[in-house]
Amino acid sequence: MNGPPILSAIIFAPFAGALLLALVPRARPAAVRAVALAASLSTLALALACAGSFDRGAAGYQLVERHAWISSLNVHYYLGLDGLSLVLILLTGIVAPAGLAVSWSQARDPRLFSLLFLAAQGSALGVFLALDFFHWFLFWELSLVPTFFLIKLWGGAGASRAAYQFVIYTLAGSAFLLLGFAAIFAATGSLDFAALGRLGASGELSARLASLGGFWPEAVFLGVLAGFAVKVPLYPFHTWLPAAYAEAPTGVSMFLTGVMSKMGVYGFLRILWPLFPAALHAAAGPLLWLALGGVVFGAFAATRQDDLKRMVAYSSLNHVSYCLMALFAVVSPAGPSAPAATAALSGAILQMFNHGLSASALFLCIGVLESRAGGRRGLGDFGGVRSAAPIFAGLCGIAMFSSLGLPGLNGFVGEFLIFRGVFGLAPWAAAVGCLGLLGTALFLLTFWQRVFHGPRAGAAAGEFRDLAGPNFVVLGALVALMFLFGLLPGLLTGIYNPLVTAWVGGLPTP
Amino acid sequence: MPPLVSHLWLIPALPLMAAALGALTPRSGRAFAAGTALLALAGSLVLSIAALSVALRSPGQHLYANFSWFELGAGTVRLGWLLDPLTAFLAVMVCFVGLLIFIFSLGYMREDANFARFFCFLSLFAAAMLGVLVANSLLLLFICWELVGLASYLLIGFWFHKPEAAAAAKKAFITTRIGDLGFLLGMLWLYDASGTLLFFDGGRGCLEAGALQGLAGATVGGLAVSTVIGLLIFCGAVGKSGQFPLHVWLPDAMEGPTPVSALIHAATMVAAGVFLIARVYPLVGADQALAAVPLHALTVVAFIGAITALLGAVIAVAQHDLKRVLAFSTISQLGYMMLALGVGSWTAAIFHLLTHAFFKALLFLGAGSVIASAHHEQDIRRLGGLGSRMRVTFATFAIGMMALSGVPFVFSGFWSKEAILHAASEWDVSRLPLLAGLGAVVLTAFYMTRLLCEVFLGRPRSEPAAHAHENPLVMTVPLCLLAAGAIGLGFLGTPAGPWLQSALSGSPVEPHSILDKGGLLGLSILLVALGLGSGWALYGRRPRSEAEAPDPLERAYPRLFGFLAARLKIDEFYAATFGRLARGLGALAVGLDQSVWGGGVGLVAGLGELAGRVNRRSDEGGLNAGFNAASERLRGVGAAYGRRQTGEAHGYLRTLAVAFLVLALIAILGGGR
Repeated sequence: MNGPPILSAIIFAPFAGALLLALVPRARPAAVRAVALAASLSTLALALACAGSFDRGAAGYQLVERHAWISSLNVHYYLGLDGLSLVLILLTGIVAPAGLAVSWSQARDPRLFSLLFLAAQGSALGVFLALDFFHWFLFWELSLVPTFFLIKLWGGAGASRAAYQFVIYTLAGSAFLLLGFAAIFAATGSLDFAALGRLGASGELSARLASLGGFWPEAVFLGVLAGFAVKVPLYPFHTWLPAAYAEAPTGVSMFLTGVMSKMGVYGFLRILWPLFPAALHAAAGPLLWLALGGVVFGAFAATRQDDLKRMVAYSSLNHVSYCLMALFAVVSPAGPSAPAATAALSGAILQMFNHGLSASALFLCIGVLESRAGGRRGLGDFGGVRSAAPIFAGLCGIAMFSSLGLPGLNGFVGEFLIFRGVFGLAPWAAAVGCLGLLGTALFLLTFWQRVFHGPRAGAAAGEFRDLAGPNFVVLGALVALMFLFGLLPGLLTGIYNPLVTAWVGGLPTP
Repeated sequence: MPPLVSHLWLIPALPLMAAALGALTPRSGRAFAAGTALLALAGSLVLSIAALSVALRSPGQHLYANFSWFELGAGTVRLGWLLDPLTAFLAVMVCFVGLLIFIFSLGYMREDANFARFFCFLSLFAAAMLGVLVANSLLLLFICWELVGLASYLLIGFWFHKPEAAAAAKKAFITTRIGDLGFLLGMLWLYDASGTLLFFDGGRGCLEAGALQGLAGATVGGLAVSTVIGLLIFCGAVGKSGQFPLHVWLPDAMEGPTPVSALIHAATMVAAGVFLIARVYPLVGADQALAAVPLHALTVVAFIGAITALLGAVIAVAQHDLKRVLAFSTISQLGYMMLALGVGSWTAAIFHLLTHAFFKALLFLGAGSVIASAHHEQDIRRLGGLGSRMRVTFATFAIGMMALSGVPFVFSGFWSKEAILHAASEWDVSRLPLLAGLGAVVLTAFYMTRLLCEVFLGRPRSEPAAHAHENPLVMTVPLCLLAAGAIGLGFLGTPAGPWLQSALSGSPVEPHSILDKGGLLGLSILLVALGLGSGWALYGRRPRSEAEAPDPLERAYPRLFGFLAARLKIDEFYAATFGRLARGLGALAVGLDQSVWGGGVGLVAGLGELAGRVNRRSDEGGLNAGFNAASERLRGVGAAYGRRQTGEAHGYLRTLAVAFLVLALIAILGGGR
């Protein structure tokens, strides 16, 4: 509560950048881009500063800012940072500037593009740091506005439809979320996540909701669940995803998959689980099947995609479903084994971060292919790219193997921990989930074989430039991080170990 | 603990550094890339020999050094390095054979534009393979195991512009990954049941008595837990070591450059599965003491090995591609090793692994020498007459062929195969593995004779074969050194002087006269003679005169020969079953999205649109009928816009409501349990 309001600075620096761009209508494009990138990178700088001073032995919130705001509604301006939010802030600090940097050559109205992008980034940061439902929900909804316009105005041929579908579907989910929290507020008079979490752990929250009427505890739980299920998305609420990810411009796809899909998983971990532990436990069995549906059908649907962006989009569904599989497996047994639960939850957080890196790198690679091929991005539109552009092929190959979970790169550790945990909690789920690992190998290697191997063909038959400029810097940096966190996962787990230990300590014991 | 043990990581780290340097070397840095690769592997060889001497001085001990990888929750994930004779012998073999193959590659790959990259990948392979050997943790072993798979993928697809090579690389990766998923599940189970993946950890490791007792004591579905875990881990070995039913990738892997076939797909990587089972032998064999269980893990290993040994030999008889004959013979020989593991003699398996590494690397490099000088002609029907043109290659290839066939007394393959057959004859569960092993003996001698006669005898049957000539020293010297090993290595483990077996097991193995079980010995010698003789009768006496002439066996049994040449149609069977299954699953996933989930969204959106239209009609016809014409146009535009947008919004909201209800039902039903 004392000290400089560094968390507010993290959230509002991108917004300040956006405001600056809004106020200077006639700035040169280069200046616009420089300002935007600097404002975007501020997140990374501040997050690293936070990571430096972060107390790695503590599970609770740090750098807390709490001020009375709307006293009649008992609303506080309340921000706090724990291991989970720090990991996601770091991820945002990496992926958002990367997405902005690869949009460097975005010629059409770079000012508006950057402005919207920064607003989306700030909203996501707000979601990861706000601890009071009131402004948390503001950020949650606010994030939709800039992404809607980013998809609609700078997207591909079907962008308009995809953008409407994305926003309306998500808004509808959020409507249930809002209704749920209205009921919670009516029952408890509080919107403070920490306070509500304490009520949830003791079972008092559902008791108070039940006092409103018999079906309210279930209805509120399902409403909040619906909001997050659409956002992640949980299978089968995912039908908006392939179109939105595929039609968005490259930088925005990177942001959508890297950061925004994590908002939903974050909601599950930060809000749904603490507030409704008993209801989540009761629903865990069917939910685990849905998560497995995402894991298996996501991967196998990707094997049937001809559009490379839709393929990576389905692969994202597969990868974020692992996170949900881990959570649902942890809450499903009456008394889970502590080492397994620790592994599953640690793996889920690690997977959120790792998927952010590898999926955004893959979207970047597809973007590069698309730009070289004049907008085509079909599986059959290329051939022998590895002969034409060896550096690009090498970096893209590493990103692909990271996504595939090859040991030595970042993806493996998270997936291993998730499977290790899930096996100890629900062995059959781990066995079924293995099908997802197989499907991932199938479509990624087919992609690699068709696009990069064989004789040069299609768009790669003629002149095909190798990687250079911002794309090279960004992809190179992402690949370097894949090696770093693949070899030294402790850099990340060290941040949230006490938090996970505390979570596991709070689970019912057999 | 000797200081070397805590520095064992250097053995894989040296080639890994060479690989990293090689990856950053531009194409023109050929000498640099090859030089660092050779130097690094030579360094690893020196360290491995030092490690072997340390291991031999402390028989029966497992020297290890464990360390923490990362903190997890309140605990740590630990890995470690392990030194025992098993590790040390294999490390020396991998480094030595690898070094010879690296040297051979200097000549074989000299005209390839990606020469530098080739040595980078070779070094990556060596690093990963050595990592598998020195790991003291199943997790670390698995990590290196997967990296070995990556190196194999990269090297099979080294000539990636060839569609066949690209397809073969993918097939190898996917097929082995299927096995590896079993391995992964076994590892997860072991981790969950024993709480650690370290092999040895001062009594707390998963291969030590405490953990094994618990694993063999617990049961699941009537089987001991250790049996199930052992069989799941064995799945990984089946994939990597080309065992039936996952052997299909190995023949295709011959699309890689021949030194790769020699190093990875014959001498070392494919033997990693045998090593894996030997490493976790206490676990896989933990159920042996139990009498009441319906199945022992090792029984499955023995039968899979026996089937593979016979299957590979049968198919090899009808192959026309020089490298594919050798590939199927590799499959068959790996089957022998698995058979030995299964019948309880892991030392015999490792003995055969070591001798096989030498003579199979020799045979593949000999094949490479032929291919290089015959302008990449690999069809044995179009070769011929090379014996007089390539004398060193011919002589060394003949030594390798006799070692593989098990020609008695002089050649190493004879002794190691004899050890396996001896062990199989003492297995009291079933006679079938022994019979399969004996059957494969005669077939092996037969198809190797066929191969030798077709390639080296008679007249050249094509332009390239007619102009073939011996290769430079950089390629022939490795052949000679490997040939020396193919002869000499057998004397390390003869029945009368089982030094290797004693060194491996850490306790002296009782020598016995070779006449003990003389009947078996005589029978197998007879079978070798039968194979050699019938091979000579069919292919050697009157060598093939023209490339188009049918094979003598093909003439006699055209349908059978065709079936064998088509590898028993197993690939086709998989494509028709599992391939179709995978495609069907993909089609199901897409179909669900389009018809059920997406269709539901569309349907509800349509209903919403209809409701919007009805609403508009009632508004326009009833409430708004009195509006004047001036606003008519504006209203029309607005209505058109509204029809589109509000219809969609209602649609989505309604879908959500339906999904919400479905979810509510699920949760309520689920909650009721």
